[in-house]
Amino acid sequence: MSNDTNSHAPGVLPQVSRRKFVQGLALGGVAASTSLWRLPAHAQQAQFPQIPMLAGNQFDLSIGASRVNFTGRPRPAITVNGSLPAPILRWREGDTVSLRVHNRLSGDLQTSVHWHGILLPSNMDGVPGMSFNGIYPGEYYDYKFKVRQSGTYWYHSHSLHQEQAGLYGALIIDPREPAPYQYDREHVVLLSDWTDLDPAALFKRLKKMPEYDNLYMRTVGDFINDAKRDGFSNTLSDRGMWGRMRMTPTDISDVNANTYTYLMNGTTPSGNWSGEFKPGEKVLLRFVNAANMTYFDIRIPGLKMTVVAADGQYIHPVTVDEFRMAVAETFDVIVEPDGQDAFTIFAQDMGRTGYARGTLSTRPGLEAEIPARDPRPLLTMEDMGHGSSAKSSEGSCGANMGEGGCGANMGAKAAVVASADPHAGHDMGASSVEHPASENGNPLVDMQSSATSPKLDDPGIGLRNNGRKVLTYADLKSIFPDPDGREPSRTIELHLTGNMEKFAWSFNGIPFASAEPLKLKYGERVRVVLVNDTMMQHPIHLHGLWSDVEDENGAFQVRKHTVDMPPGTRRSYRVRADALGRWAYHCHLLYHMDGGMMREVRIEE
Amino acid sequence: MNIKKSILCHSLLVALGLSASFTLLAQEDHSQHATQGAAPKAVNADEDQIDHAEMDHSKMDHSKMEHGTAGQSQVGAESDTVDHSKMSHAEDIHTAHASPVVAPIDHANMDHSEHASPDEPREPIPLVTDADRAAAFPVLHAHDMSHGSAINSFVLFNRLEAWDADPGTGQAWEAQAWVGGDINRVWFRSEGERQSGSTESSNLEMFYGRSVSPWWDVVAGVRHDFNPGTSQTWAAIGVQGMAPYKFEVSATAYLGESGQTLANMEFEYEILLTNRLILQPMVELDIYGKDDPSRHIGSGLSKVEAGLRLRYELANRRFAPYFGITHERVFGNTADFHRAEGEGTRDTRLVAGIRLWF
Repeated sequence: MSNDTNSHAPGVLPQVSRRKFVQGLALGGVAASTSLWRLPAHAQQAQFPQIPMLAGNQFDLSIGASRVNFTGRPRPAITVNGSLPAPILRWREGDTVSLRVHNRLSGDLQTSVHWHGILLPSNMDGVPGMSFNGIYPGEYYDYKFKVRQSGTYWYHSHSLHQEQAGLYGALIIDPREPAPYQYDREHVVLLSDWTDLDPAALFKRLKKMPEYDNLYMRTVGDFINDAKRDGFSNTLSDRGMWGRMRMTPTDISDVNANTYTYLMNGTTPSGNWSGEFKPGEKVLLRFVNAANMTYFDIRIPGLKMTVVAADGQYIHPVTVDEFRMAVAETFDVIVEPDGQDAFTIFAQDMGRTGYARGTLSTRPGLEAEIPARDPRPLLTMEDMGHGSSAKSSEGSCGANMGEGGCGANMGAKAAVVASADPHAGHDMGASSVEHPASENGNPLVDMQSSATSPKLDDPGIGLRNNGRKVLTYADLKSIFPDPDGREPSRTIELHLTGNMEKFAWSFNGIPFASAEPLKLKYGERVRVVLVNDTMMQHPIHLHGLWSDVEDENGAFQVRKHTVDMPPGTRRSYRVRADALGRWAYHCHLLYHMDGGMMREVRIEE
Repeated sequence: MNIKKSILCHSLLVALGLSASFTLLAQEDHSQHATQGAAPKAVNADEDQIDHAEMDHSKMDHSKMEHGTAGQSQVGAESDTVDHSKMSHAEDIHTAHASPVVAPIDHANMDHSEHASPDEPREPIPLVTDADRAAAFPVLHAHDMSHGSAINSFVLFNRLEAWDADPGTGQAWEAQAWVGGDINRVWFRSEGERQSGSTESSNLEMFYGRSVSPWWDVVAGVRHDFNPGTSQTWAAIGVQGMAPYKFEVSATAYLGESGQTLANMEFEYEILLTNRLILQPMVELDIYGKDDPSRHIGSGLSKVEAGLRLRYELANRRFAPYFGITHERVFGNTADFHRAEGEGTRDTRLVAGIRLWF
């Protein structure tokens, strides 16, 4: 089956993509054209909504403008074959796939498609200005490469703000050898964030007023309540600490549900995307976080979830109640729904301002209870790697913790050590941090962390001690040993930096526009150490190469394409420079990338 | 030659799009050839584990076949590239094979499995071909990479208010704007007051501002006063930004064309009663170097203005109606000039207005 061709009759696609009014609820606008794609057999009999799927090794993708309506207001979107999310592409490992991507947008809007996490030649990677020239209206680009991996991935535009406008979809690569787990049925669960705003206008708004969506800052009333609970002087010293930093602990995400409508498979929470199961079946859920700016915390009340793959790569199975998805990550999860007819897939945003949801059900149209959102978390000084500088952290501990209390906060052992004694950290991999000279006196760097550790076993802010078993990075262990095996020959340390007031982002205080490429020699193996010097969380994605995440002792742990960097962490991974060319390397909060947190990695002979 | 032929066959079959099962069969067949041809196999050290490399088995076979005659065992990315180009264009095979292939170090002969950290990678690094080089560094004319608009702007009417003056009404504005990048910006500031239909005071400032720290900008430029009296122009230099505890501060020194000097300072703070109901205290003071009787200005501390405004930010936060109370007092020689004109030295106003930004 791998070589069967699912190409479409030329001339059909343009009509499909033109001015299609895509209803948010059930993709009604596209459902009429079922003949264009192949649905899994089980999907054809039911009225469960289906994202269109294209399988085979030759594809015609047409990027065009569509109208969508998620909020009651029809708004323009950029879609693939008239579908939001874009069709699921199904490849087979070992095949050579050809994808002709047409730009049917009007004006001079250049477009592109980047295959996220896929190993391929640089000129197939789809980054305008780095791997190719982009695709201009009326033109097309022929992507063609051999598929050298399997698993759940995704694809999206790498042209300015177009992903935010809707150009993203799931990508499934069936393995040559059977997977080391079994399942009876599968669903893609693709999460995203939609805004009715013009994505460029949203970026400009972030530049004018970055705190626009932070409608949760602490008020006079909060001060009084905290003072009653923790004492006046403790509360005052807590507020003083944040005030001196000119920051706010409620700053969890730059854009939240005040602006976004969260979508599951292109469907609003009220639209309730649903996926079928039969009691007793093992269902593989392929989660993709295709959001522009949103971390999601996912759980299915009543079901244990066994995570079997991360970023497309098999891991030793780990069973959890909940997991956090950084933007651009994918997780494959097996559930065995039974005993009730409907289960809610609940995906709240990290800031607890909203959620995406869908339902696994035995019949279409069912729904289960939607859990309440968790309390909004507050950042602590320890979260931000300020263990040693926060003199009053003992006192303000209670006041700082919106969840879990002090104990939770201390989950990161190394940070505590460092905070107790700045010189004690070195043997735990959490040295007192040296910062690159380019950060010094740099107006674009508003914070530096002073105690960082990998915090791999930290569930993260808002998830600690919540009574549920939460996946952490320490749980992610590839089922294969280090595929390269060599010790890295050198270490490249990069600090994630930013200025929140300016909404300016960078590596080492140097934004993309003024940064030199990071040069690697073909064939070498390097260790990349990332230190988060901001109070925000950043998913860092390196194109074209794997990021082999190391454990706390510097040994290979898990192969990923996107590495989550919570505030106050220092994490390392190995990179094998086996792909010649120019590769984008950036924060996958795309407005952070647009704001400068990006580098070119150039691999030369 | 056998092997070459079979590759050709195989590639053609694939190109013809025959069924996968057939392809798989063919591959198995070739892999045996390869083994018989004594091409050492580049094995993953932990072959019996479920493993990525193993899943890629078919690929490995391809590349072995391809290089079998040269006695190579290179595996990986670039061989694949050559490989699939052959699949689609049978002619390419000849080119690919005609090009001289440099024999690489034979990694496969080394037994990596016994070393914890081998010097050579378990998965050999693929040899680079000219095709790879071309694919890696295409000639580009585009530079439009992924970054957001580098020039941004912000306009804030911090105060746009009116009060009941006796007689008539008074209006006042205070606005600021910037346009530029993250470090370098052009700033505009303007302030003025009208009473009973005539403009009592108004000025416009235009500065170049440069960030010198995450929170502070140094600004330098000109200020033009349209009123009071005859218009006058100042050279100005100052700092503005956010002090610890989130006080908005601006301090500017001016040198007028007449030799007059002026220092202006302004402090502003925001107290969140709720996230939309915001109390904004502010204080502004002026200190002059010389007497300027024509404008009723005396040297030394001349004027202090304090205000307390309560605003409510509407749904999109850009519009916020407010009301407030302000108190203005003149001091020293300035107060003397005021008294001489029969004007008071203190003025308290109840104001209502809107704050807006875009």
